[in-house]
Amino acid sequence: MNIDATIEFIAALFMLAGSIMALISAIGIIRLPDVFTRSHAGTKSSTLAVLLTLLGAFIYFASNQGFYSVRLLLGIAFVFLTAPVAGHLITRAAYRANVKMADTTVEDELKEVTDKVKEEAEKERSETGEVIIEDEKKADKEHSE
Amino acid sequence: MIQGMLTIALTFYGISICISVIRIIIGPSLPDRIVALDMVGVTLVSSIAIISVMLTTTAFLEVILILAILAFISTIAFSKYIERGVILEYRRDD
Repeated sequence: MNIDATIEFIAALFMLAGSIMALISAIGIIRLPDVFTRSHAGTKSSTLAVLLTLLGAFIYFASNQGFYSVRLLLGIAFVFLTAPVAGHLITRAAYRANVKMADTTVEDELKEVTDKVKEEAEKERSETGEVIIEDEKKADKEHSE
Repeated sequence: MIQGMLTIALTFYGISICISVIRIIIGPSLPDRIVALDMVGVTLVSSIAIISVMLTTTAFLEVILILAILAFISTIAFSKYIERGVILEYRRDD
């Protein structure tokens, strides 16, 4: 077994490890109870799966054909940057849309904060007695983000 | 040996895509489906990498970038749609 065959074997091992990671994350996405835990499985571990697989492909092409693909490295960097961002955004949207949490949820710290902010806004409005039309209220909400 | 390992890896990716499609079908809320769709996109990226290794061609490597960008953009658009009800906003900041 010469050195090239060994490197190719290692690359194939990387890709196999990535596929096992994707299978684990698929099991997570079907078994976990609510959307927040599911996004945990669907974004974190599948990011690792894609990283391992693309790294394996990069090593394979580098050793087999002497081709150092910049596109694969770019793909690794891009997925590594964007998958957590997408997971965070979709989880935030789900929280804002009041998606029901699992029955086993123990703590929701964000709910206390948002309730407090809402209460304070109500109080202020009733003190000043100003009437806020719907459009301005929406604009205020967007500014406070 | 290496071909066998790659075939097994591709099979695992196919199984995980099938499971994600089950979640897309039964998912109780819209964010569930979008998380599963995002995962299908990411899994497709890696299976295309494996296919291009199996065929020993570098012609498919552009597809990886395009698919990753498409999955990201569609997830962003869907999450904006869930949060605000619109995808494109025309209101100016001023």
